Amino acid sequence: MSSQKESTARTLMVALVVCLVCSVFVAGAAVALKPTQIENRQLDKQRSILAIAGLGEAEMSGKQVKELFASRIRARVVDLQTGRFTDELNAATFDPLKAAKDPKLSDALGGEQDIASIKRRERFTTVYLVETADGQLETLILPVRGYGLWSTLHGFMAVKGDLNTVAGFGFYQHAETPGLGGEVDNPKWKALWPGKTLFNEQGEPVIAIVKGGVDPQSAQAIHQVDGLAGATLTSKGVDNLLKFWLGQGGFGSFIANLRAGEA
Amino acid sequence: MSQPTIKEVLLNPIFHNNPIGLQILGICSALAVTSNLKTALVMSIALTLVTGFSNLFISMVRSQIPSSIRMIVQMVIIASLVIVVDQVLKAYAFSLAKQLSVFVGLIITNCIVMGRAEAFAMQNPPVLSFFDGIGNGLGYSAMLIVLGIVRELFGAGKLLGFEIIPVVNDGGWYQPNGLLLLPPSAFFLIGLIIWALRTWKKEQVEAPSYKMAPQVLNKEAY
Repeated sequence: MSSQKESTARTLMVALVVCLVCSVFVAGAAVALKPTQIENRQLDKQRSILAIAGLGEAEMSGKQVKELFASRIRARVVDLQTGRFTDELNAATFDPLKAAKDPKLSDALGGEQDIASIKRRERFTTVYLVETADGQLETLILPVRGYGLWSTLHGFMAVKGDLNTVAGFGFYQHAETPGLGGEVDNPKWKALWPGKTLFNEQGEPVIAIVKGGVDPQSAQAIHQVDGLAGATLTSKGVDNLLKFWLGQGGFGSFIANLRAGEA
Repeated sequence: MSQPTIKEVLLNPIFHNNPIGLQILGICSALAVTSNLKTALVMSIALTLVTGFSNLFISMVRSQIPSSIRMIVQMVIIASLVIVVDQVLKAYAFSLAKQLSVFVGLIITNCIVMGRAEAFAMQNPPVLSFFDGIGNGLGYSAMLIVLGIVRELFGAGKLLGFEIIPVVNDGGWYQPNGLLLLPPSAFFLIGLIIWALRTWKKEQVEAPSYKMAPQVLNKEAY
């Protein structure tokens, strides 16, 4: 009995059966739970858009988030090449991150252009608008992403109606080291952003994360945010991704058009 | 060895044979997830379920497992369960799953799960093994919950996010102890708990493995 149990054929057989049963079990759970997970991820994204735009409270239920999002936030697709809004694509169903992987809907970035290390940039992306009752732009929320130390950070930059002052900034997805780079989620650090201005008089993105703390006397202080202690590469990555998305490779021409009232 | 009863395997690990306190297993996650009570609770539930069910399944197939690949088979079963737990958390508690990040996945390598599978489930019938797993999970949970309470209460003045002691930053009187929010503080706390446990239950004190020789002069030593 015991010699039969230990034979090579039996061993292989047991290994095979265990693997098969376990893989069916895991795959079944993954497939069955996928719709709920996708919904949750969407809800989480909507929640972070609302939080970055400064709308609603932190402890809203899922239903409240959905209602507030539907009533206050308008999603529109932007053509990043022309820098104008486009109605060719439906903002509700269009997925910019998927488009960034599709060669037909994205462009490969060369080493010089790709300061945020994202490899491919989509041609169209979704931005979110908060408007006042009379249709004036109150807040513009731009999706940004870029590579930190370990992972691509996905987040939003919310800009006030003057298209220069930061209303809020934060990430909804990343895998940086908890306690170091993961401090990009720290509410105290995020509170440093509102009120900073992104562009200089020539319209170039000059917002920067500085190592060692901002000197409040400096003329540049309005464009600068303290770096994260112990997370030089994550801070650098955040700095790069903002320069990229606010510059000509990203939303530069869109913001210029919007300012001129031509978007 | 007489057959242990369900009550014994369920309750013994909590004080008599605590996996963290006596066996000193599962320290890594006990340091990492206890900076607040909520993550500690979710981690406790996840680990208790995984240990219970991995013990159950391993015990059910124990007579079929060839000894040459038994560790791998145990790992496959444990890993499958952990992935399912991770998927369920992502579906029903997304923000918590985000906070626990890698630690749910790391239950796979938690020595408690592996240790119970190898030491208990391979020799005992399924139902008893299941309760042994649950019992050890409870022992781990008890320790995590104590750590979570102490660290969140004195580190942030809160419990489960509700303010208990008003801290200085919000206009209160309590200056929170920031060290308690950092992982090393759990080391000190676990040390203190083990000390208290061994003072209460003397039989847990290990016999010293060596004796220090009295201080002597060089001349006498040679």
